[in-house]
Amino acid sequence: MSAAPTETGSEPRTHYLNDGYGIKSWLLTTDHKRIAILYLISITVFFALGGLMAVLIRLELATPEGDLFQPDMYNRLFTMHGIFMIFFFLIPGVPAVLGNFFIPIMVGARDLAFPRLNLLSWYIFNIGGIFAFWAMMHGGIDTGWTFYTPYSTTYASTHVLPTALGIFIAGFSSILTGLNFVVTVHRMRAPGLTWFRLPLFVWAMYATSLIIILGTPVVAVTILLVGAERLFGVGIFDPALGGDPLLFQHLFWFYSHPAVYIMVLPSMGVVSEIVPAFARRKIFGYRFIAYSSIALAVLGFLVWGHHMFVAGMSIYAATIFSILSMLVAVPSAIKVFNWTATLYKGAVSWETPMLYALGFIGLFTIGGLTGVMLATLGIDLHVHDTYFIVAHFHYIMVGGAIMGYLGGLHYWWPKITGKLYSRFWSRISAGVIFIGFNVTFLPQFILGYLGMPRRYHSYPPEFQVLNVMSSAGATILGVGYVIPLVYFIWSMRYGKQASSNPWGAVGLEWETTSPPPTHNFETQPVVSRGPYEYPPPKEAPVVA
Amino acid sequence: MMQDAPLFPEQASTIASQIDNLFFFALGIAAFFSILIALLIVYLGVRYRRRHAAQTGEAPPHGSKAQTVLEITWSVIPFLILMVMFIWGVKIYFTAARPPADAIQFYVVGKQWMWKIQHPEGRREINEMHVPVGRPIKLLMTSEDVIHSFFVPAFRIKQDVLPGRYTTMWFQADKVGTYHLFCSQYCGAEHAKMGGWVVVMEPHEYQAWLAGEKSGQAEFMTGAELFAARACNTCHRPDTSARAPILTGLFGRQVGLQDGRRVAADEAYIRESIIEPQAKIVSGYQPIMPTFKGQLTEEDVIELINYIKGLKAPEGVAR
Ligand code: HEC
Ligand SMILES: [Cu+2]
Ligand SMILES: [Cu+2]
Repeated sequence: MSAAPTETGSEPRTHYLNDGYGIKSWLLTTDHKRIAILYLISITVFFALGGLMAVLIRLELATPEGDLFQPDMYNRLFTMHGIFMIFFFLIPGVPAVLGNFFIPIMVGARDLAFPRLNLLSWYIFNIGGIFAFWAMMHGGIDTGWTFYTPYSTTYASTHVLPTALGIFIAGFSSILTGLNFVVTVHRMRAPGLTWFRLPLFVWAMYATSLIIILGTPVVAVTILLVGAERLFGVGIFDPALGGDPLLFQHLFWFYSHPAVYIMVLPSMGVVSEIVPAFARRKIFGYRFIAYSSIALAVLGFLVWGHHMFVAGMSIYAATIFSILSMLVAVPSAIKVFNWTATLYKGAVSWETPMLYALGFIGLFTIGGLTGVMLATLGIDLHVHDTYFIVAHFHYIMVGGAIMGYLGGLHYWWPKITGKLYSRFWSRISAGVIFIGFNVTFLPQFILGYLGMPRRYHSYPPEFQVLNVMSSAGATILGVGYVIPLVYFIWSMRYGKQASSNPWGAVGLEWETTSPPPTHNFETQPVVSRGPYEYPPPKEAPVVA
Repeated sequence: MMQDAPLFPEQASTIASQIDNLFFFALGIAAFFSILIALLIVYLGVRYRRRHAAQTGEAPPHGSKAQTVLEITWSVIPFLILMVMFIWGVKIYFTAARPPADAIQFYVVGKQWMWKIQHPEGRREINEMHVPVGRPIKLLMTSEDVIHSFFVPAFRIKQDVLPGRYTTMWFQADKVGTYHLFCSQYCGAEHAKMGGWVVVMEPHEYQAWLAGEKSGQAEFMTGAELFAARACNTCHRPDTSARAPILTGLFGRQVGLQDGRRVAADEAYIRESIIEPQAKIVSGYQPIMPTFKGQLTEEDVIELINYIKGLKAPEGVAR
């Protein structure tokens, strides 16, 4: 199947998983692979929390009356759903788990540049998470994940500061991870691994790291300013104190729009790995995909104003932000077309990771195109702050980012754990997730155009049919997410042993054993060819 | 009024059909490309499916010219389409942002969790807004507390309502009926309940409604009463500008400031003169006017503005 060395599998071998047992060997590890697993556990917990709240939200919205929760409770639910999903699941998501595990391997290094910083970032992340969790257990927060002022600074009586502090702290862990990645990519590439021989996943992670490093400090400062106003009454955002509420929105979106790319660029990177691997064909337009990642990182910083078209900004500023937002669509379109073109004359297999990747392309396309509609000034007047936006960004963040994340997990699971999961169940779950997702969020586009505002605890009865559809879809989606949890855990114990290259793919990660040895490679790999050259070399020249 | 479960909102303003047209254009584009990509993926994925385990795809020719042409094509075509949407969108947005000169001005004050509407004739209502059909109506809006957003889906427009400043929007209803009014910016516990109805009436019915009994109308002080009660008139007198400027004929005039600037005396200026008198000092006067920040509600301020607007030059000067 593949020319990479196949391992016999039965003889005992030391790898990163059996290289030391016991809780200490995990909690004090500096092995990027183990830290990736630690992150995987942490973010899965937060994903489950956020998901649970989504379930409760959809339950409440199954009927027009606000009959399940009090409005206060409902507002806390959607706020914490957003905060956990965004700051504690999607933003760390792909980088901290898959990036952590595979960047060093893909560049042919033994570890990240700063292994101890890497461990520290995991601890910081969890401390941040604990703050947010504490706030939740003690009554939560009801400002929406957007913390708009002056509601968040003057009016909200919930735990704004502990939660914000949690996000502030978690931000540092992002920054450390980003720094680690940038330095690793610059300094630790294997001999022969030039920039244009890097896998596109690495390019995407590099672009993401730049956004993290440049953007996260801004949200950190913003949080401090919110704290200063809330605690000491310093007038920054509240007009009653002499502040400007729009200033907050500018600062917040200056980070939070690029944050969308922090969430989705890594998944684009994953898709750029999966598509050529399962088409067994060199990716179409390598350089265009690589440059478009950088273009997204740069342009992503220039479009934040599209969140404020009806917030009272000058119409000329709105015009500029609108045209810049349109431009962002071009690099995304380039990626979509190139992925699709890669299938042409390929040898396409519809394995589970490929199902996720192709699902990503479809859903991301819908998310992106509806984003373009939102960037169109005339349309945004009507659909801003309605369910149309809710649907749009779930297409990007769930249909895009999470599909990519799950695709990546399925693609690399045999490498990470050395075990194969059920092919049958994994394909079923990919289908269930795809269908459940669309049933949940397609009706929300219609609801939004009808005028149902977001963050509504109750709504006029004529919106019920579509809301019930959406809630039904959410149930399917929820089931779809539970299935992988089951078979992944199952595979760790009962799964068949994976060979080093079960998919017959190319890439340094497939040239080492599954699971990889503690130092990733037995000998220093030397790279002599591009990342997606099929067919794979007859003998394995890369691993000596 | 509305069917049981509509799939498309009613069109009840002049701009609604413009926005819908643009929306359907964009939707067509979105649908075309989504379906194109989906079909391509399925077609290519099946046509070039792997037939035996060791099969690999055909290596693409190296750096072919065709590839560059493709890359340019699929960058330029989306770009051109995007520019059409952009320009079309800007046109509508500018129309929505610029009220016609003859628009009737209503005032809107948002407050956790109600909308207070004030008609130019002084009539007030809460969570309901009666308007005549076929007349442009401009809303001058502000908030007593947090940010809200005034949203009428049947009119296809919304505008955030901010504390501490005025924002405006305008519309011209073109269909008699009752339409949802929502708050679309999250504003706290009862956000979902901060709404009501916009009632579009034939002009004569509207006149009759205005003249009709004002049941349930809370007592409030008019601008003239406030002007006396707050002792504005001790400084601002109609006959002498000794202590403070005469306010007669102020509205719409250019005012010379102490620092040499000239500003138009619009609602925002008058509001600022009352809430933060020190911010802009009229040239030739001492900054002795006390601030009324926190002492007047936004509705009081609007009453005062309306009163000052009504102090028209001819009668005032004649005295
Ligand atoms: C203590 C005297 C005093 C009182 C009381 C007072 N004002 Fe003034 N007002 C002034 C002076 C002096 C100025 C001009 C200097 C400045 O711009 O602050 C002024 C300016 C203004 C202006 C701007 C006029 C222009 O020509 O541009 C407005 C409007 C105004 N006042 C409204 C009010 C209202 C309404 C009240 C009552 C709620 C009020 N004032 C109470 C002294 C006063
Ligand atoms: Cu954005
Ligand atoms: Cu509201």
